[in-house]
Amino acid sequence: MDSIGQGFWDAWGLIISLDPDLYEIIFLSLQVTVSAVIIASVIGLPMGAWLAVNRFWSRRYVIAVLNALMGLPPVVVGLFVYMLLSRAGPLGGFGLLFSPSAMIIAQVIIITPLIASISHQTIRDLWAEYHDLLISMNATRTQRITALLWDGKRALLTATLAGFGRAIGEVGAIMIVGGNIEHATRVLTTAIALETGKGNFAFAMGLGLVLIVLAVIINLLIHIIGKTERASTW
Amino acid sequence: MKLFWKTLIVATVLATASHAESLRMAVTTSFYNSGLSEILLPEIRADIGLDVELIVVGTGQALALGKSGDVDAILVHARAAEEAFLAAGYGTHRREIMYNDFVFVGPDDDPANLGRAETAVQALQSIARAGVVFVSRGDDSGTNKKEQSLWVEAGIEPEGVWYRAAGAGMGATLNVASGMNAYTVSDRASWLNFGNKGELVLLFAGDPALFNQYAYIPVSPTRWPHVKSDLAMQLENWLASDRAKELINGYTLNGEPLFTFNATQ
Repeated sequence: MDSIGQGFWDAWGLIISLDPDLYEIIFLSLQVTVSAVIIASVIGLPMGAWLAVNRFWSRRYVIAVLNALMGLPPVVVGLFVYMLLSRAGPLGGFGLLFSPSAMIIAQVIIITPLIASISHQTIRDLWAEYHDLLISMNATRTQRITALLWDGKRALLTATLAGFGRAIGEVGAIMIVGGNIEHATRVLTTAIALETGKGNFAFAMGLGLVLIVLAVIINLLIHIIGKTERASTW
Repeated sequence: MKLFWKTLIVATVLATASHAESLRMAVTTSFYNSGLSEILLPEIRADIGLDVELIVVGTGQALALGKSGDVDAILVHARAAEEAFLAAGYGTHRREIMYNDFVFVGPDDDPANLGRAETAVQALQSIARAGVVFVSRGDDSGTNKKEQSLWVEAGIEPEGVWYRAAGAGMGATLNVASGMNAYTVSDRASWLNFGNKGELVLLFAGDPALFNQYAYIPVSPTRWPHVKSDLAMQLENWLASDRAKELINGYTLNGEPLFTFNATQ
């Protein structure tokens, strides 16, 4: 077995030589995960806020289910989406299986509960603080949710980044619904699984390093754009 | 949500339109791991302008993908299962393309004395007798089915702590065998291409019972009208052509030929 160092070196060689295959899978990884995070945030953030400001009898059950769904095994989600999108399944007519769209759908299902749940916790605390103010201003339900989401935006970034983290490192679901097709649905995680299967451990580790560096860059960029985590602000 | 679905559908339609001539084929991990597909696919594209998208899975899953119409054709290696697939009307016909063989690999010091076995059945019997660890694919793949049929022939019910079913693809199973320094059965191509051999070596091969035939089956357009049967036919003609024969027979790894072309032309 070649050394871990050798794998990193090989991966680094591919990065600096601008290897088109490597950049293709990096780009697809980002395309799939970023799309999934955006869609899941659009669904999950307001859902979390809505749950925080509304009181209804089944609320605690809904929240318990949401929290439990954070632990949804990706393979099960993959299988579910596969059966949904398969030609033999209910949505088979769209022919979406083995496409990036199928991978995005699976990731949205995996990360929406996570984003909604963290968003709910954050907004609930903020709601306790803002409750009297917003009620006295006679704000409508939509206005309350909007105000809370806006003022909690930095904390909500954590929810989104947690979703990003889970999605970019996910392999079980996208392997099933994407099929790991070269030049079509191969992403970093499925490529790592493939190289491991070939016994090319060092190269697989190298790709893993690329994945981690990519995640760090994305997180840093978001902090820079959002002007958070700077030395001068708390 | 409506907008989301619309965007999805539009994006998919655009994505499909950009490479119109593409065909999805489910292939077995053993075929893919051999590296032959990396030689054949660019040639197929150059010769007939067809983009073959491979879904690499075990034979069991490949047949399941064919049954549900999710691929246009399959290339697998488990005759009995293929015939059942055809009998149930999921495929149009079966065309034999090429073969290679299965090999027994195991630890260098060979505690079960496989080097002395004369047949594959004897090899399994000596592994069971010695009680040394044997890693099985355990995933209903073509390789797994072959191994199971050999155990039946050997009159042994493989059970006990020495028999480990990995439930994984060929590469992952070889990784397990390498990690445990255990015996396993692999197709020759995956073995030669495997990068983490550790102390494993090839110990037994050459019994005709270890013959491994690959066959191509187009998915039936009667059952699934959306399958690209014209393209599947074009691919079949190419796979059985002299060009394919030359490439398949000429493919070597470490100087060893891996596959023998045997399509009837």
